[in-house]
Amino acid sequence: MAHDHSHDHDHTEGSELSEIDLRVRALESLLVEKGYVDPEALDVLIDTYETKIGPRNGAAVVAKAWSDPEYKQWLLDDASAAIASLGFTGRQGEHMVVVENTEAAHNLVVCTLCSCYPWSVLGLPPTWYKSPAYRSRAVIEPRKVLGEFGVELDEEVAVHVHDSTAETRYLVLPRRPEGTDDWSEEQLAALVNRNSMIGTEQATLSGDLA
Amino acid sequence: MNSAHDLGGMMGFGSIENDPADPNFHAQWEKRVLALTLAAGATGSWNIDTSRHARESLPPAHYLSSSYYRIWLDGLEKLLLNTGLVNEQELAEGKQLIPPKPIARVLKADGVLPAIMAGSPYDRNTETEQKFAAGDAVTAKNIHPQTHTRIPRYVRGKQGVVDKIHGCHVFPDSNSQGLGEDPQWLYRVKFKAREIWGAEHSAKDLIFVDMWEPYLE
Repeated sequence: MAHDHSHDHDHTEGSELSEIDLRVRALESLLVEKGYVDPEALDVLIDTYETKIGPRNGAAVVAKAWSDPEYKQWLLDDASAAIASLGFTGRQGEHMVVVENTEAAHNLVVCTLCSCYPWSVLGLPPTWYKSPAYRSRAVIEPRKVLGEFGVELDEEVAVHVHDSTAETRYLVLPRRPEGTDDWSEEQLAALVNRNSMIGTEQATLSGDLA
Repeated sequence: MNSAHDLGGMMGFGSIENDPADPNFHAQWEKRVLALTLAAGATGSWNIDTSRHARESLPPAHYLSSSYYRIWLDGLEKLLLNTGLVNEQELAEGKQLIPPKPIARVLKADGVLPAIMAGSPYDRNTETEQKFAAGDAVTAKNIHPQTHTRIPRYVRGKQGVVDKIHGCHVFPDSNSQGLGEDPQWLYRVKFKAREIWGAEHSAKDLIFVDMWEPYLE
């Protein structure tokens, strides 16, 4: 409706949200009434992605790869199977590829065409990952983008950008921080945050748990 | 289609707002839209490529000025209308006015986790032989499909090298149009950043793009 467009400009965000809220409620009641969706299933879907599937999954994969060279090799050769062996499978992670950060190359993952993201290991994508700013800039000026996230790379380090154009989903294996040789997998996992597995941060000893 | 969703290399969107405290949802309705989209998708009335096409064929100005879940909401309503699961008047009133159409299944609460964990793999067996091998030089075709495609504009006409063969996967250009899965070989192709963006870019930097065989020559 024409009303919808002028509305975006004439009112505050708050009132726009409430209008959308009504529209979504109407849609939900309609789909439930028609028997297409089960309202309880909707609650379970939301709860699953809010509380059960998130970047702790990916951090466990990374920590195991850091601790177990054989597992790491398997992960690099056949990420879908290696990740599934830890119980992380399914939607938006059916075809996993793991790319390893090294002294010579730093990896960065984007989806320029929509917002493809490895849900099975990282959960739902953060807002910035879905933003036109990130999607447009990550391929043309990845070093500037990394700089804005606080990652300053030496010119000698290559940047490898992975554009997720197919159903393959990319997970970055960050470099293991120095001085963690005798750390347990659990301790190591705590150093791995979401952004370090997208490639917009490094794993560090201070590792925040975002 | 050459629309607003194909963002790679565009300029003017400003800095990236990376707030670590930023929640995944900014309003209750966003959660419901996520869940409604997944549950409606589970009815089997369309596929992932149809639903991407529904979102990216929104008018460009609207696409670029809408939030992520607003785009999902608009895309979902479009899919429901296109498949005849609901009509315009029902959407406007939020009430059933015509009988429901038969659907393949209804996702129940206890089926959610198994469905998520099972996912839907997109690789397919094929009798066809792959045309390219790892290490082959390839060129992304200079093509401009009118409907859904996953070849970004920024690689078209550019030269790269086959880096890895993923297998044979459902072809989105066909699947999105209801023309069948038409599985095609899928390659990871490596492009030099300089080949795409010009000589001022680092000679070391690379861009990897997953591309189906019909996109390559």
